[in-house]
Amino acid sequence: MNTAAVVKRILKQFHRDKRSVALMVAAPLLVLTLMWLVLDTETSAVKLAAVDVPAQVVESIETEGITVTVMDEAEAEEKLNEAEIGGVLQWEDGAPFVILEGSDPNTSGTIRSTLQKQLSEQNASMEWEYWNGSSELGLFDYVGPALIGFFVFFFVFIVGGVSFLRERTQGTLERLLASPVRRSEIVFGYLGGFGLFTVVQSIIIAAYSIYVLDVFMAGNFLYVLLVTILMALTALSLGTLVSTFAGNEFQMIQFIPLVIVPQVFFSGLFPTEGLAEWVQVVGNLMPLTYGAEALRDIMLRGSSFESFQVEVYILLGFTTLFTVLNIAALKKHRPL
Amino acid sequence: MEAAVEMKGISHWFGKVQVIHDVDLSVEKGEIFGLLGPSGSGKTTLVKMMTGLLRPSKGVVQLNGEKMPSLKQLRQFGFMAQSDALYSELTGRENLDFFASLYGMSRKDRHLRMNHVLDMVDLTAYASRPVNTYSGGMKRRLSLAASLIHEPELIILDEPTVGIDPVLRQSIWSELNRLRNHGVTIIVTTHVMDEAEKCGHLALLRDGRMMAEDIPSQLKSKLGVSSIEEVFLHYGGGARA
Repeated sequence: MNTAAVVKRILKQFHRDKRSVALMVAAPLLVLTLMWLVLDTETSAVKLAAVDVPAQVVESIETEGITVTVMDEAEAEEKLNEAEIGGVLQWEDGAPFVILEGSDPNTSGTIRSTLQKQLSEQNASMEWEYWNGSSELGLFDYVGPALIGFFVFFFVFIVGGVSFLRERTQGTLERLLASPVRRSEIVFGYLGGFGLFTVVQSIIIAAYSIYVLDVFMAGNFLYVLLVTILMALTALSLGTLVSTFAGNEFQMIQFIPLVIVPQVFFSGLFPTEGLAEWVQVVGNLMPLTYGAEALRDIMLRGSSFESFQVEVYILLGFTTLFTVLNIAALKKHRPL
Repeated sequence: MEAAVEMKGISHWFGKVQVIHDVDLSVEKGEIFGLLGPSGSGKTTLVKMMTGLLRPSKGVVQLNGEKMPSLKQLRQFGFMAQSDALYSELTGRENLDFFASLYGMSRKDRHLRMNHVLDMVDLTAYASRPVNTYSGGMKRRLSLAASLIHEPELIILDEPTVGIDPVLRQSIWSELNRLRNHGVTIIVTTHVMDEAEKCGHLALLRDGRMMAEDIPSQLKSKLGVSSIEEVFLHYGGGARA
């Protein structure tokens, strides 16, 4: 009942506050477009599987800085499916045959150039095949899914956090809590009001990236929406929670380098495979890691729901956790 | 008769600093009760306890005989905070509509009450304008209207006339008197002496301690002085010396 009242009020405020609406929709579109325009290729660390490859060949590739693991064909295929390796080098009738995982153009490029340099002298004809995607995949296609997720996350975090904070600084939170509203009704009202808005936001950003900027898209558009909306809800619940610890809007902005920037490093925009294990554990605590991974699964690999459902549940888990903490944090303003 | 608000043995600490020292007060139904004290004397802290926003470190707060905070009692009073507490993007009417819906009022009731309180604070003509176009006084009046929207039997006003011109202050006080005549209990904090004279009952607060509490004429005659200001200086000066 009261939740509905809060939802209605937030939607009305959005209707009046065109600038916030623009920030949440137009700003991500603008930045995505700019990234699309400037992105160029760069190199990164690479994992390669070797199946039935002569030992001296493995050695010669290894020296080039690619990590080569010898395994059987079944294992290699499984790892390709999970995108744990960049490609497989196989020996067929005495000639090399390469399957590239294909969703990361950097990796594919490194493998291609290294293998060509090392092997093409002895073997004039090399066979290349792509497991996912195609040789057309550019860097933007690879980072696109992570960027879509990131911008939805970032702008919802800011706008959601600041509007919840303003509720406190303008005194309306106190006024609300001096009425028979439950703390949970306020928090759910925010999730509902912003949730409805983020559906629209997600549709616009995803559709623009996929149909206008033409980011590589192999999967189901509705899955992309599902994941972006979940990321938006996670960002909203995190933003409102973090705003409890900010005294004013400026302090809210100060949380960006602390809360948002680290997540970018683990979202797959930069390779994390080579990092120490404890650093990767840090990445596993961040919502964006899962959202970006799920989006890559859908958009680059055309995966079905089963293969990214774990990420979906984890995002739901984050949202639930932040929401519960938020309801508890409001106790600071009213003990009941 | 059961007291509208009853505070017993209230002490409160913010961290290690004690801000309220063993305060008792009782507000009878149907009176205007004034909490008079300089800034920092603990008026707002006491108000927050009455409205359930703060649980005292020690002591009990009861509204209509029920211990606060209680969701049921939160329905019974109207609260006007020191800040205007309005949504500036929304119009006056939308603000009132939102606060009214928190009290579970039907659409028809909301509509009737909104027209009534808008008329009362003389904002009917501006009801469809967003609040960010309002003057300071208009915001104050809308804030007052919002606290009256659900026809509460008790109204708690924290410095309602701060930053308000004398004409508007006059009109707010005549409105409070009118409400009192209809049996509404009113608790008002102030640091303005001539406002204090208008209260039926007056509590003098200083440094979180209750210095005196009585009807204004008794306070004056007890000390043989002619104004509340002198009463205030007497008790306040004593604490300072």
